[in-house]
Amino acid sequence: MLKLSRITKSYAGVIVLRDIDLSIPRGRVMVVIGASGSGKSTLIRMANGLILPDRGTVEFMGEQVTAATALALRRRMGYLIQEGGLFPHLTAHDNVALMPSRLGWSLDRIDTRLFELLDLVRLPKAALARYPSQLSGGERQRVALIRALMLDPELLLLDEPLGALDPLIRYELQADLKALFASLGKTVLMVTHDLGEAGFFADEIVLLHQGAIAQQGPMAALLEAPASPYVARFVRAQRGLAGSLVRPPP
Amino acid sequence: MSYGALLLLSLWLGYALAAGAKNASGVTVGSKPFTESVILGEIATELLRGRAIEVRHKSQLGGTRLLWQALLAGEIDLYPEYTGTLLEEILGNRLKGRREVSALREALAEQGLGMSEPLGFNNTYALGMLAARADLLRIATLSDLRNHPSLKFGFSNEFMARADGWPGLKRAYGLPQQSAVGLDHDLAYRGLTSGTLDVTDLYTTDAEIRYYSLRVLRDDRGYFPDYRAVFLYRADLEQRLPAVLPVLRRLEGQVTEETMIALNSAVKLDKVPESQVATGFLNQRLGIPPAEPRLASVSADLGRRTVEHLTLVAISLTGAILVAVPLGILCARKPRLGRWVLGGAGILQTIPSLALLVFMIPLLGIGEWPAIVALFLYSLLPILRNTCTGLRDIPRSLLESADALGLPRFDRLRWVELPLASRTILAGIKTAAVIDVGMATLGALIGAGGYGQPILTGIRLDDTGLILQGAVPAALLALGIEGLFELAERWLVPKGLRL
Repeated sequence: MLKLSRITKSYAGVIVLRDIDLSIPRGRVMVVIGASGSGKSTLIRMANGLILPDRGTVEFMGEQVTAATALALRRRMGYLIQEGGLFPHLTAHDNVALMPSRLGWSLDRIDTRLFELLDLVRLPKAALARYPSQLSGGERQRVALIRALMLDPELLLLDEPLGALDPLIRYELQADLKALFASLGKTVLMVTHDLGEAGFFADEIVLLHQGAIAQQGPMAALLEAPASPYVARFVRAQRGLAGSLVRPPP
Repeated sequence: MSYGALLLLSLWLGYALAAGAKNASGVTVGSKPFTESVILGEIATELLRGRAIEVRHKSQLGGTRLLWQALLAGEIDLYPEYTGTLLEEILGNRLKGRREVSALREALAEQGLGMSEPLGFNNTYALGMLAARADLLRIATLSDLRNHPSLKFGFSNEFMARADGWPGLKRAYGLPQQSAVGLDHDLAYRGLTSGTLDVTDLYTTDAEIRYYSLRVLRDDRGYFPDYRAVFLYRADLEQRLPAVLPVLRRLEGQVTEETMIALNSAVKLDKVPESQVATGFLNQRLGIPPAEPRLASVSADLGRRTVEHLTLVAISLTGAILVAVPLGILCARKPRLGRWVLGGAGILQTIPSLALLVFMIPLLGIGEWPAIVALFLYSLLPILRNTCTGLRDIPRSLLESADALGLPRFDRLRWVELPLASRTILAGIKTAAVIDVGMATLGALIGAGGYGQPILTGIRLDDTGLILQGAVPAALLALGIEGLFELAERWLVPKGLRL
């Protein structure tokens, strides 16, 4: 589905990603985790061509992601960021309808798709008439999720989707997201800094450290067989911070 | 913006321009923005009109340079000038020190121009001060000024700058006064009476000399040349309208110094309209019966000026929006290029308006177009800067969200960036519009009319009522436009940004 081969990227001489090889099979949920500055945000932006690699290739469904192909390929990937990235000048409805209507969808088609998704993400219909500033943080993320799902993408890219939410709302949305992944069977690439969250969602976890993969595998492997002292430290630190919250892998 | 509104706007602009277009036949008389010149222009106009020659008077245009350029460009056919100004100021470089009339005529002929014989009076520059103050300080001649270095000098802007004005005078007499302020000639008299000024430049035929009891200081070194009034005209007039010059020649030698002072006094002090003073002079002096008076009511004037003023503002602002918004987008996209573009627009802003108008005469003549272009140039910066800033200030995360949706570049601009920047862009346009309304009063300097016309005349005649006739509608218009933009903001700025 998504294949990154020997990716290297640097900014102003500082290497952010070094020789990354990564492949996500269809229907799997991969979570990239790492400290800030580990390169995880750069990595997820490479998947849809917001950032292009200095060396190496990104392939999506067998097609290389380049400046020329990115526009069309992005419409087959849903993208959700921390604060939702909703356009403040548009209502929730117009935010989610923007791209479909640019593609020439009829209003009926848009609304039909929209009502399917409202149920799926558990958002009340009344929220659609409001502007982003009139919605709660959780509602905003649900609207942004609808926007990401409108075109029924094959791949979902989630960059810290729950990062800015209150604990209670975060807990609710976590559960909803998990159910949604299971029911849609979408391929997912998610970025988070929270090991607990990673364990909750991931089929496979990728721990990034200074632009390179420190360990890749299921949660259990990270916990029980850390590949390096850094992995052990990272795991210990997160468990120590909120040890009881780290859920066991499913 | 709705297309209907755009269509209406363009129709109206087209109509306004067609109405303002000048017809090519006939004679166009010009005059400088001071009373004597306007009176002489009126006399020529009335005289020619009495001989059934089609004639227009573009009165009180911006100044010597502007009239000279307009005459060379054929925008006007004749205007009253002074021999001293020609010798010292306009043709100084060409004459290389020769001062005879024949040399002057030769130099003019090279430029395709001719000059009448002197009309009679000599209106030379002089310096003057209140007679009482002059007596107190025992000042009678220009040389006497050397003993009073602390006197405050205030000169008309033209006198400050001219080669034969203050710089030359200061050198010739070795005057010690360092600071001299430049101001409007008519304001200088008020400065004298209020005591903020001690000495100013005068014209020897000024009506105010008697009115304010001024002492004209004797030019004991003979510094000021003769300023004999003549008419300058385009030489092609002889072929084009052979009737004009013989008629104009009837004025030669007819206007004595006393006559000119009396005519100036009638206009400035007794508030008689120039055209009436001109017909009175023609009747008494040359026995020419007055033709039908040209009538214009205040309300019709106001309507016409409002159309003129709005035309200037509407065209220049529309043009500025059409140019500055795309340029602003470019600035936001290419910051390095943007710095140059913004810098350029900033430099344009600093060019004095009169200088800009003079530059444009060879290209655009006189009338509304140079004024429109000047206003257009002055309107660019606020719109450009706000468009650029508005676009640059959009958070990166929103642009990335738009890109991640797969929105093409143009759609991103149209549906995301411009709406998000709309408030800032509109604020820039509003600033430009309000500045434009104020600046459009400069249209009067170059014959484009508008509210500047009564303001200019009012200042010249020291007539507060007349000044208000231009200033009040201009202020109301600025307020109206401000209000209009408040409404436009509700319509153009998305509701989500106003919560």
